[in-house]
Amino acid sequence: MKSFLGAVVAIALWATAPLAARAQTVEIEYWQYFFKERVQAVDALIKSFEAANPGIRVKHTHFPYAQYQTKVAAAVPAGEGPDVVQLYYGWLEEYRKANLIAPLPKDQFDPATIEKEFFPIVKAMKADGAYWGLPTAVRSLALFYNRKLMSEAGLDPTKPPTTLDALIAQAGKLVKRDAGGNLLTAGLTVGPISQDHHWWREVLVRQFGGQPFSDDNRKIAYDAPAGIAAMQFYHDIAGRNRLTTFGFMDESHAAFRAGRAGFHIDGSFRIGTFQVVRNLDWGVAELPAHQGVQSNFASYWVNGVSSKTQGAKREAAMKFLRHLVSDEAMQLWLKTVGELPAKPSVALTDANRNDPVYGPFIMGLAYSRTTEFVNEVKQRQIFLDMIDRIDIKKMPVQEAIRIAAQEEQALLDEFFRR
Amino acid sequence: MRPGAQGFRAVWDPRSVAIWTCVALGGIVMIMPFAFMISTSLKGSDAIYELGLIPRAPTLENYALLFSEGRFLRWFANSLAISTASTASVLFFDSLAGYVLCKYRFRGREIVFVAILSTLMIPTEMLVIPWYVMSKTMGWLDTYWGIAFPGLITGFGVFLMKQFFESVPDALIDAGRIDGLSEFRIFWEIALPLVTPALSALAIFTFLGSWTAFLWPLIVTNSAANFTVPVGLAAFAGEFATEWNMIMTGAAVATLPVLAVFVLLQKYIIRGVILSGVKG
Amino acid sequence: MRDWYGSRSVGQKQALWAWIFLALPLFFFIAIRLAPTGYTGYVSLTEWNLLRPKRFVGFDNYARLWRDPVFWQVLGNTFKYLLIGTPISLLLSFLVAYYLDQVRFLQGLIRALYFIPFLTTAAAMAWVWRWFYQPVPIGIFNLILVDLGFAQQPFLRSTSQALGAVLAPAIWAGLGFQVVVFLAGLRAIPDTYYEAARIDGVGRWTILREITLPLLRPTILFLVVVSSIGFLRIFDKVYNMTVDGKGGPLNSTRPLVLNIYELAFVDYRMGYAAAQTMVLFAILLFVTLIQLRAMRAR
Repeated sequence: MKSFLGAVVAIALWATAPLAARAQTVEIEYWQYFFKERVQAVDALIKSFEAANPGIRVKHTHFPYAQYQTKVAAAVPAGEGPDVVQLYYGWLEEYRKANLIAPLPKDQFDPATIEKEFFPIVKAMKADGAYWGLPTAVRSLALFYNRKLMSEAGLDPTKPPTTLDALIAQAGKLVKRDAGGNLLTAGLTVGPISQDHHWWREVLVRQFGGQPFSDDNRKIAYDAPAGIAAMQFYHDIAGRNRLTTFGFMDESHAAFRAGRAGFHIDGSFRIGTFQVVRNLDWGVAELPAHQGVQSNFASYWVNGVSSKTQGAKREAAMKFLRHLVSDEAMQLWLKTVGELPAKPSVALTDANRNDPVYGPFIMGLAYSRTTEFVNEVKQRQIFLDMIDRIDIKKMPVQEAIRIAAQEEQALLDEFFRR
Repeated sequence: MRPGAQGFRAVWDPRSVAIWTCVALGGIVMIMPFAFMISTSLKGSDAIYELGLIPRAPTLENYALLFSEGRFLRWFANSLAISTASTASVLFFDSLAGYVLCKYRFRGREIVFVAILSTLMIPTEMLVIPWYVMSKTMGWLDTYWGIAFPGLITGFGVFLMKQFFESVPDALIDAGRIDGLSEFRIFWEIALPLVTPALSALAIFTFLGSWTAFLWPLIVTNSAANFTVPVGLAAFAGEFATEWNMIMTGAAVATLPVLAVFVLLQKYIIRGVILSGVKG
Repeated sequence: MRDWYGSRSVGQKQALWAWIFLALPLFFFIAIRLAPTGYTGYVSLTEWNLLRPKRFVGFDNYARLWRDPVFWQVLGNTFKYLLIGTPISLLLSFLVAYYLDQVRFLQGLIRALYFIPFLTTAAAMAWVWRWFYQPVPIGIFNLILVDLGFAQQPFLRSTSQALGAVLAPAIWAGLGFQVVVFLAGLRAIPDTYYEAARIDGVGRWTILREITLPLLRPTILFLVVVSSIGFLRIFDKVYNMTVDGKGGPLNSTRPLVLNIYELAFVDYRMGYAAAQTMVLFAILLFVTLIQLRAMRAR
């Protein structure tokens, strides 16, 4: 009831305010998911933006990650929602198809300039000749290693493995079991729910000589000898090589964090998780190569503008978006959130490249790829189900791959038919 | 005498001792996961995966961090206000409706009862979108009222109270009518005091339900200042990693008010009812 | 007015007061619950992704559901939760309440021990339970099994055991609620009945069968109905216990409500989600009416 009164008062004030004053302030709403550092970074960016643009106010709203989509789903049909929104790049196609977000005007966001300035992975955000969203930061994968465990096993902690074969061999030396043969320390973690879905698709499949999708992204290509070999290699980490078990320590990064895993492949966003752990002596290396092939997976969150935002708000939203993807914002993001700048000119400075922690991730960006998901959540689930079929149902790898490929192909077909 | 209540000496007979031991052991088993939760909340971020029940180096740093998130107290106050108001409303309306459905004979009673019961059968998940549209139209978004309104009367409570009014003898109500009491006073002064155990149970359940409600408060609130405790705490579960020690700490702190309500009210649940002046 | 009221029969007066007292609750239920349910029924006849206008498709969604193997699987899971969960939890909670009612020493404390699990946050507790299910040497259940000479079990990482492994914490968490209702029910039985039985020298078992259980029938009916609804609507526990909240592995633990939630908020297929909601609604109504009838007939 109080808010009702408040609304009445607000409307009354608004109606009596001089026209000129009304026209001056435009309020736009920005949505992202809650992560302390991200919220701080955006708050800082809003502050500098509002100082430079006195006529615009930005309302910053954030929600728990797991319910972000739910929230969007409830708000949008009611005509509520953000003007500028941060989305995982893998969701963009869905939002675009649903007319939720608008293309960025070419006069302000020239595709040619974007392609010159940003890392090429950003191209996944281009459709119908225009860009639909731009990232402030990107992240890539790297190999985390536990120096203490390596020293204890007689390995040189300054020489982490650079090839998959070396990785498996070294990890084998780090495995610890109790007298009953139960796993105490994993040599190399597997984390299907973490980043392995990307590691397998964009890194392993390519390193074994294949590719995950056809070049136009419309056909599944991993249902082939290379894909099968890559999956066999992946499952062997827990299977034949017994370096870990699926589900060990609940979450793979928990095992590494607890000092119970020698090697762990994960994204740059994990740096902060490990940095706060006292007594964990760890390092980062580039992802191991195989058959001379280096690959990496990069992903990012993009900022897009809602299609319901029109007029002066739209102008303000575009202005704010330009601020969010400015060099200044990228540098701030790296400092506050620990995510890598989306432009090579900002990311690939000598200081960043030589950074012992960020360095390997930034080097990885140079040869990274990104999956053009049509439905990231579903495609990830197909991968998880594939692992469960192989690991729990003991299904032959070849057959599990075939089923996964069928399911995923059906998803692609449905998407491109729409 | 009800079974087991045979006085002091009976406490020591072997049967009572055996029962006591079994019930107490069962209770200890029941509490183990909770103990583990408390223990995790006392572990530093580098120790949460040392899975012993007794923390090696207990610390209150998680609690300090939780309260240093300045809005936590605000969320706590929000939850407290909303849960208290909802509980009061539910106690009154649900017991009144339950009383009517139990003690009044009128055409359409069965239909009304089944209709009220059927409100328990639709998952909240499917109601949030109509509720959201309703809240937007009425201007309830991001307000206390908006968070609270779906829970102000519950089918669950009506059903519970209806079942417990069965134990109130009709003779008492008729006696009230003969004495010329108004229908409302019969309910308020005669019937209601006789179902205190059920009322107390309902109070606990409602408070708890409101305190832990998550999906709707999440959807209807926008500003962090209006979050309830569960919505605020969900922020510790992130895109890639969940800060489990913080989740445990938040959960431990969030349990305190409901525990207090339980301790406060549980004695009424088991106090039993003395029906004076009626035949047994 | 008074004359009009005074000239009504007793039955008419009762009916009048009944509707007066029920007016506000009924208005509330219709506006907040039943109307949105009707709306869901309408949505189930459309195709709607929340963004574009609804498109009327008749019973297409119901026809699709009939052919959808995932729907039948989650429906099967839902009934497993109901048929295993309800009897076990009711039996356990009655036993606990019945004996707890006889305990005097530290009764309040012991009662609290049983109730506390019901108070705790589902997400926090699910994490603890996941650790309990880990293999040796971390998980306590497997440690116990191995100590007793049994083989380790995969629990959550098994398509056949996962449902039980998810159900256990659900029963555990709900037990306190049922115990409290049973206790309140036991206490609502006037002492006079027991005194009469005691004077007649009737044994414990007979008292339980002839006095306690019959007089507890309203309580039992309430708990049977509410627990059945609870297990048929199980969501939180599965969402929190399984990987990504998907009800895996391979959908083996996914209940209907989780499926509905996924369809509505991950896939944005509101029409199809609404159709499954209506099926759930019909099942719940049917099960409840049968229970009400069966318990009344006796």
